[in-house]
Amino acid sequence: MSEIALLTQLKDKFGDGVVAVELDAIDAWVEVTASALVGVCEFLRDVKDYHFDMCNCITAIDYLHTDPKKAEKVDWAPHIELVYHLSSIATKLTLVIKVKIPRWKDEAAQQLPEIPSVAGVWTTAIWHEREVYDLSGVNFIGHPELKRILCPDDWEGYPLRKDYEMPLGYHGMRGR
Amino acid sequence: MAEFFNEYIFGDGPWSWLGHVVAALIACILVIHVVAVGAMGFIWLERKVAGRIQDRLGPTRVGGKFGWLQTLADGIKLIAKEDFTPDVADRFLFKIAPYVAFAASFSAFIALPFADGVVANHVNTAVFFVLAVLGLEVFGVILAGYGSGSKWSLFGAMREAAQVVSYEVPLGMCVVVPVFLCGTMNLTTIGNMQEGFITNWLVFNDPFTFVIAIVYFTCATASVNRAPFDLAEAESELVAGFHTEYSGLRWSLFFMAEYGSMFLVSGLAVILFFGGSNGPIPVGDWMAKLLGGVDGSIGANLPSLGAITVGVIGVANFILKGVIGVVVMIWIRWTFPRLRIDQVMSMCLKYCVPIAAFCFIGAVGWEVLDLPTPSKLDGKSRYEYHEKWSQEYLETQLQTKPAENDTHAHQAIPAEATVTTVAVSQSDLEVHGGEQ
Amino acid sequence: MSATNIDDPRVIEFDVRTDEMLINMGPQHPSTHGVLRLALRTDGEIVSDLEPHIGYLHRCAEKIGENLTARQFVPYTDRMDYLAAMNMNLGWALTIEKLLDHDVPEKGRHLRVLICELNRVASHLVAMGTYGLDLGAFSPFLYAFREREKILDLFEKTCGARLTYSYIAPGGATADLPSGWTAECSEFINQFKKVIPEFHTLLTTNAIFIARTAGIGVLSPRMAIDYGCTGPVLRGSGVYHDLRFHGEERYTELYDGYEFDVICADSETGKYPDSHQEVYQDGLEYPDVPADAILGDCWHRFYVRMLEVVQSVRLIEQSIAKYDACSGSHGEPIKLTQKLPVGEAYLETEAPRGQMGFYVVSDGQSKPWRVRARSSCFSNLYVTAPLCRGVLLADVPAVVGSLDVVMGEIDR
Repeated sequence: MSEIALLTQLKDKFGDGVVAVELDAIDAWVEVTASALVGVCEFLRDVKDYHFDMCNCITAIDYLHTDPKKAEKVDWAPHIELVYHLSSIATKLTLVIKVKIPRWKDEAAQQLPEIPSVAGVWTTAIWHEREVYDLSGVNFIGHPELKRILCPDDWEGYPLRKDYEMPLGYHGMRGR
Repeated sequence: MAEFFNEYIFGDGPWSWLGHVVAALIACILVIHVVAVGAMGFIWLERKVAGRIQDRLGPTRVGGKFGWLQTLADGIKLIAKEDFTPDVADRFLFKIAPYVAFAASFSAFIALPFADGVVANHVNTAVFFVLAVLGLEVFGVILAGYGSGSKWSLFGAMREAAQVVSYEVPLGMCVVVPVFLCGTMNLTTIGNMQEGFITNWLVFNDPFTFVIAIVYFTCATASVNRAPFDLAEAESELVAGFHTEYSGLRWSLFFMAEYGSMFLVSGLAVILFFGGSNGPIPVGDWMAKLLGGVDGSIGANLPSLGAITVGVIGVANFILKGVIGVVVMIWIRWTFPRLRIDQVMSMCLKYCVPIAAFCFIGAVGWEVLDLPTPSKLDGKSRYEYHEKWSQEYLETQLQTKPAENDTHAHQAIPAEATVTTVAVSQSDLEVHGGEQ
Repeated sequence: MSATNIDDPRVIEFDVRTDEMLINMGPQHPSTHGVLRLALRTDGEIVSDLEPHIGYLHRCAEKIGENLTARQFVPYTDRMDYLAAMNMNLGWALTIEKLLDHDVPEKGRHLRVLICELNRVASHLVAMGTYGLDLGAFSPFLYAFREREKILDLFEKTCGARLTYSYIAPGGATADLPSGWTAECSEFINQFKKVIPEFHTLLTTNAIFIARTAGIGVLSPRMAIDYGCTGPVLRGSGVYHDLRFHGEERYTELYDGYEFDVICADSETGKYPDSHQEVYQDGLEYPDVPADAILGDCWHRFYVRMLEVVQSVRLIEQSIAKYDACSGSHGEPIKLTQKLPVGEAYLETEAPRGQMGFYVVSDGQSKPWRVRARSSCFSNLYVTAPLCRGVLLADVPAVVGSLDVVMGEIDR
């Protein structure tokens, strides 16, 4: 896969926006900053030879060890990683984009971390981002209708976060 | 029947009205049996036929190997169900709707002759009466849909109203053709006019009538809301359409009305096009001659054995042919997908109405131009057959003493009697007179 | 008219003019495939807006996956798309094998193709049968299920289950096929080939069916790709993309040496590929495309599924021959507590309903750090909203049925 040429183009265009590149992983990925995300995605969608026109999947991974002993052993600080899997129908190539964002914008006020939405780049992202918001609690700026999709509308908490605790009850039904 | 009671039981005096009432009651009970027991039979038949089409057996447990009594068991279960009306329903309309639908379906049977003379009430304009009353069934559906207080029911009712009312137009047009060919609206007469061999049946009269019979059957299926026109009760879209909120006996009344109407339009097709109570070969006539008696008249005071036999064979013929029509409807239902409401409407207005109109002109033209028809093969004109049940006919028979010989009876009909019962143009009479 | 409490915040998402009706199709409804709620705003019979609500079957399998080892998670994948459970198992197995860099022996490869294509046939039979049911054709449903019963009997002989198999596990399969199974499978296929034309007569070429589906819900290729649609929905719009040909190497090498067509209308001629005609001289001809059908409408999506069944039959026959010619192990499953190496792997497979992807992130333990299932129907369902604007109410089940959604996969 001619990733080198693509990555060179990306680095040229976005400079500091491209934080890291890992070609030796099982699925090669490119890490970008949150502010450069939309630009990078639009570029990838429109660039001539690659044309990544399908967004396959948007995932949020919560990196947090609730057990302090385990937290000491790892080399990363708690954060949330958003992973975008893209593919191109025309060229049959695939690519992974990663963005690291903090777990809270303001933990005391329980304000969710923010990231610009790519719903304007691929329409399918509308529902994928709703799911990420619903289950992992990430606020997508610019999303047309950011509301819960899988959990009920009045659910509290973000289930896929590592520090999530099942509520004691929901509308009279026992939770745990 | 009223005269029978009056003569033998109640006398002609102040109690004579009781004879009529009792006769009417007996007729009603018999018709209710037709509708209710018929519905029971048809539901069983539908389940069996549907099962076979779908490569499975239908009911096989209740009442022996063939599940005869399955519908009875279902009926008992439905009666025993809790009777509730939805909170937001308009109670009065909700309750009255099934009865209106059932009453409309049931009333139309009053004028439907099962054989020559076997009819609850002799109505001279039976065709008109049956069509008019059948159209009242849509009231029940609309009341059900509106009174249920549910949007799904309302949708079903709206669709049904549009569909049934639209299809009455081509239905009427199709029905006018046999009325025209026979010159009378009296269903008994129309049936009798197709006596003899199968070639006398109106469906074989000319190619236009053949097409009209098919169009009639299609419009009839549409007006009783059977698939492929069953969007009023379209299960997969509207849950159950206008009868979503009904359960128990109220629901079963809707279904009795539906199966009753199915048999009704099928029976109407049989009388109008497929020979009425006459079979393909005139067995009844031969039996009547064998057993003696006036040819097939049951309206007489004491029916003879010949007349009873003819009556029984006639009724059996009619029911058999009606059931075949219902089986065809069932067959079609389980084969085809459903049409959408706009496709149903366009089919009615863009296809059924023009075809019916064109074939009507064709059939009329065929008759006016006196082109050859199979019914004239045996040398007799259709207009020589008419209501054999009526007192007048009987009297003419007795006056001219036809006793044993049937053919004499036909020739002995005075021309004046023909004029009183048959409304044809003068030119037609002359044409037929020329042939004789 | 209805007793909805307008102040209840859970009810009513959008305001309504007085001449419009708000209708809920579902969650309990005979024709939404599973527990799906479609909130429709209708003006008489015409739908002006549609919003799908999902989540009624959400069991958060992704959170559960963080507490189970790779092999323990296999039954949870069964319950996602329960009509094509073998394909779900395969997707998970391949992802874990990709992470472990573990290869399955040759016999196991052919076994996987055989089983997955058989399940594709079963899944498409359900799709076809229930689509007919949605449109009011009651009988093809039973014919389809009659054939599907035979397939399920075959599956029961392999793993003991009829719906949720957990048969294909990372490393291979839980057990080899019993002796005589391939002969029974061949017998079934030979009989099934004669039944396929029946379905064409009852549905594909039926005038009423064509009137209900041709020209309805036309999805342009651009919109399909933009909305992330995959599988027959994408190919029905004329986009030539099938992961069995164009996917990752770990998946495409599964189909090495097999001959079959990608069912997609040729962009110039509009014809569907039928190279199987050279092999089967005796039939399985594709019925002609009717004049009313527009590429990308419901009819074409349905047609693609019908033709894929024929291609799957071809694949099954080839895989039976290859499997019987192979000897060796079918692929022993990995250990229950197998530790996964540090890293992540994402793999998409061509499931009957579209591209099903699994994403595993591991930190070196036997239980993954994160499991993600990318559901094909999730993206396919979203396209209902633009497709159903301006159609009649009766067309909504036609469109939803043509997308062939299974809520278990959408909600996970």
